[in-house]
Amino acid sequence: MKGIAFAIAEAIDQEMSGNPKVVVMGEDVTYWGAVFGFTMGLHQKYGRERVIDTPITEQTFMGMAVGAAATGMHPVVSLMFVDFLGAGFDQMYNHMAKNHYMSGGQFAMPVTVLTAIGGGYGDAAQHSQVLYGLFAHVPGFKVVVPSTAYDAKGLTLTALRDNNPVVIFGHKLLTGLPFLPFEGEEETVPEEPYTIPFGQAAVRREGSDLTIVAAGVMVPRSLRAAERLAQDGIDAEVIDVRTLVPLDTDTLVASARKTGRVLIVDEDYQSYGMTGELAFRIQAAAFDALRAPIRRLAVPDVPIPFSEPLESAVIPGVDRIVEEARALAGAQVTAD
Amino acid sequence: MWKPEPALPDLHFLLDRAGLTREALLAQYRQMCLIRDFEELIAERYAIGKTPNFNMAAGPIRGEMHLAVGQEAVAVGVCSLLTDADAVVSTHRPHHHALAKGIDPGRLAAEIFGKNTGLCRGKGGHMHLFDAEKNFSCSGIVGASYPQAAGAAFSFRAQGQPNVAVAFSGEGAANHGTFSETLTAAALWQLPLVIVIEDNLYADSTPKWAALASTHQSHRAQAYNVPAYLVDGMDVIDVYAAAKRAIERARAGHGPTVIEAVCYRYRGHFEGDGEDYRTREEVELWRTLDPIERLGKRLIRLGWADDATLAGLREEAARDAAQAIAFAEESPLPEQREALMGVFA
Repeated sequence: MKGIAFAIAEAIDQEMSGNPKVVVMGEDVTYWGAVFGFTMGLHQKYGRERVIDTPITEQTFMGMAVGAAATGMHPVVSLMFVDFLGAGFDQMYNHMAKNHYMSGGQFAMPVTVLTAIGGGYGDAAQHSQVLYGLFAHVPGFKVVVPSTAYDAKGLTLTALRDNNPVVIFGHKLLTGLPFLPFEGEEETVPEEPYTIPFGQAAVRREGSDLTIVAAGVMVPRSLRAAERLAQDGIDAEVIDVRTLVPLDTDTLVASARKTGRVLIVDEDYQSYGMTGELAFRIQAAAFDALRAPIRRLAVPDVPIPFSEPLESAVIPGVDRIVEEARALAGAQVTAD
Repeated sequence: MWKPEPALPDLHFLLDRAGLTREALLAQYRQMCLIRDFEELIAERYAIGKTPNFNMAAGPIRGEMHLAVGQEAVAVGVCSLLTDADAVVSTHRPHHHALAKGIDPGRLAAEIFGKNTGLCRGKGGHMHLFDAEKNFSCSGIVGASYPQAAGAAFSFRAQGQPNVAVAFSGEGAANHGTFSETLTAAALWQLPLVIVIEDNLYADSTPKWAALASTHQSHRAQAYNVPAYLVDGMDVIDVYAAAKRAIERARAGHGPTVIEAVCYRYRGHFEGDGEDYRTREEVELWRTLDPIERLGKRLIRLGWADDATLAGLREEAARDAAQAIAFAEESPLPEQREALMGVFA
């Protein structure tokens, strides 16, 4: 299977076929499969009663998901680009994420939100963001960022069986759709349904000199960087966090203790985001084992510019991951 | 929303009533041709590197591309009534509005190509065009234009300026809460705002029948005590006549207006759109209402132009569009260090 889009659509299909509580709603979820393919084929199979094109009304269909989830459904809602969250975020962060807690556990919120993230193809400041850090910051969302088709299917099925709001952030350059560049790999994905538990990071490459932690498309980029580093004699371990919430701190800490050097690579904005959170958790549990300050590579705190040279200057690419890792490999802890 | 083609005396009557002269109509014809040529050249350049396999990231123009071929009359009919000081807030499909507002085609094209000579020095791109001199802005977020234009209208009045603000949108955007919320505010405060809905029947891939609870969004203006016009968006004269009344009323302090112009985009929602949600027959049907051809035929019926005059205007427009594209192609890309500049004023 090529890409996460087919994998997510297949997972939804398999769950929908046996679970009448699952409905799919959002903009362009029928003919266009939610634009980035996450719902492709479902309309043909389940019809417009269960796969519903909504008007352009994010606040409303996110609020409807809250109401439907509170009354026994499991809505799968498409937020076409994560950049559009502003149009519906109140219903998400003040209600979807909080109602279970605020109601003292009376109302579960089984909602699966699908959203497309990422830049690198020239879609500029309002269609290229990642923003999972915003969701991870708000208590109540589970945050899933698959980097492989295998993971995308298993994590989506877990989301569809979870009684909480789960937001699945599918990177556009991993969708495998013909109109976008593809940075993933062709994979064998089992046909039968399977789940992958949240909160289990995956060690994608074992190494002894340093650890690179990444999510989404930064995982394949980090793996490519690791191959180049190997040619310099630097043996990098690459960890895919897979879910930001819940976060598998143990795997990160174990790797940090092993290598003593950690680089965190992120396509979200740098400040107050995933890199800072992961660095905090790692140092809190592995400070004595660190041989250099933790480094990070993320989008410097600027909007994503349109023009290609500007865009590639801000979104981390393989070259810059290699540079950062080389600097890290040579860095020492210094006492001032 | 196709209206009957007026007989010649009635056409004179309508033009007199709208205050449209021969010179004005010829200018509108030329402007619509410029938009058509510009968009078609962009489509051609955008396709470079994207065939036979369409890859959004390839070629000299990257990312999404939403073109307005077929919708020229709405932009020209409205914007030909505006001054540079009047504000226009446009959408993800903004080129025709930008050109009709008088933005330099070369700098517009250069922005679409991501060049340093572009309106935004390459930072904005095709959905994020800004020109302070022409008081023009736009957004790739659907429904974002209404409150921003209302804000400009509020500001004009607060500062004692006689300007109006125009928000363009599609009919799909008017489903968004910002439409209703903005109508409430604009009507309460009688702001000099004109909302122009380009009803091209489709919100991305979603046809009106699947997304609208009413036939036309302009009907909803009545609920807010806002006057509304439903016009033939494939007829620049009809658009102009309604826009003139709306803009004059706004300038005179009599509050907001909604204009819904029913029109059609000949090309997909974005370049590369497979268009499986509509039929070719429908596209061909709407092409028979082409706003440029209709205006050309009327100019000839009126005796205000002959074939040679129109051909001359088309050539001028084609030359301007080609020069704009050439300027963009010859311009340098921005330097990478500029990416980190300009977050704060």
